[in-house]
Amino acid sequence: MARITAGVATSHVPAIGAAIDNQKTDTDYWRPLFAGYEASKSWMAAHTPDVIILVYNDHASAFSLDIVPTFAIGCADHYAPADEGWGPRPVPIVEGHPELAAHVAQSVIEQDFDLTIVNRMDVDHGLTVPLSLLFGQPKAWPAKVIPLAVNVVLYPPPSGRRCFELGKAIRRAVESFDEDLSVQIWGTGGMSHQLQGPRAGLINSPWDNAFLDRLIEDPEGLSRVPHVEYLREAGSEAIELVMWLIMRGALQDRVAVRHRFYHVPASNTAVGHLVLESAP
Amino acid sequence: MALEKPYADIPGTTIFDLDQARKGYHLNQFCMSLMKPENRQRFKADEAVYLQAWPMTPEQRLGVLARDYNRLISLGGNIFFLSKIFSTDGKSVQQAVATMTGMTQEQYAHMMSNGGRSPTAN
Repeated sequence: MARITAGVATSHVPAIGAAIDNQKTDTDYWRPLFAGYEASKSWMAAHTPDVIILVYNDHASAFSLDIVPTFAIGCADHYAPADEGWGPRPVPIVEGHPELAAHVAQSVIEQDFDLTIVNRMDVDHGLTVPLSLLFGQPKAWPAKVIPLAVNVVLYPPPSGRRCFELGKAIRRAVESFDEDLSVQIWGTGGMSHQLQGPRAGLINSPWDNAFLDRLIEDPEGLSRVPHVEYLREAGSEAIELVMWLIMRGALQDRVAVRHRFYHVPASNTAVGHLVLESAP
Repeated sequence: MALEKPYADIPGTTIFDLDQARKGYHLNQFCMSLMKPENRQRFKADEAVYLQAWPMTPEQRLGVLARDYNRLISLGGNIFFLSKIFSTDGKSVQQAVATMTGMTQEQYAHMMSNGGRSPTAN
């Protein structure tokens, strides 16, 4: 049977992708950030999964305002990097896992989560920057990916509670897949940041670190935090963090922290990163 | 009955909710068109002519021409859509975002490198 072996949380700031693509990772500005991912890259090399369910948000790339799905699961066999206005990132095509994706979609919909099915889409920095951070610059990504796109751009996004429960449904879905697959779930986006208006540049490190603590120890309680707290305390784009609750919901109640990292800034954003395994 | 919007009083912040999205639909869809290289070329060749093809308000068109991002956000624009404009201009997110804060590029970059804007001003 398939099983979820670990969860990864990471920010997906586009400037991080640009730094990797333009060989700037060793500059004074970027070195401390990439140093924070070295331990995770080593861990990942030893624990590369067969499939990653990658929870991210599309940033007006695949989804315009014509259609805005709250939760959309990719069931395609591959996804091309999106042209976000400066040409596609020079990263490999993302290979999907249509069989597991179809199984998860059917199972999760039957558990009352009304996912949108996507059979063709390009994937933007929200999905490809986390892959670059954890795998570097390989010729082909070493794992297959099932994109799970969550609307956090058009307010209101799904509640933290709904996200956490969706994670649990995904775990049940994966564990009912017959093939023996190692699956990780990644939650991306955040942490505190605001990209608009006179308050742009807001960073709230104490709030972010409390979020990391609670995601590890008290995800149930954290899932009840209302959207307005994210917006007010951690900036308008910090609402992306609800996606981390999907990842956490898919793990066991108790987890072991394999790596934790926090860094300010990457461009306008506070970067948070966790590697979690089910506790022995 | 009007919906409660507990986020309406957050200073210096416009939440891109469904009312904003309704106002900004054509503006944001124009931004999406800039994801195609041939459209970026046409836009750069004559911005005003290109904008005429989109049923935006005159205020929205002026906001685009002036790259007045605070104004565009108040008129229903969303930063991830507007990013197609500043990407077309060859500007980074940080460069574009700084223009909304009343700070210079250098002041804003300095603030971010020193931990960002303090939340105590909330």
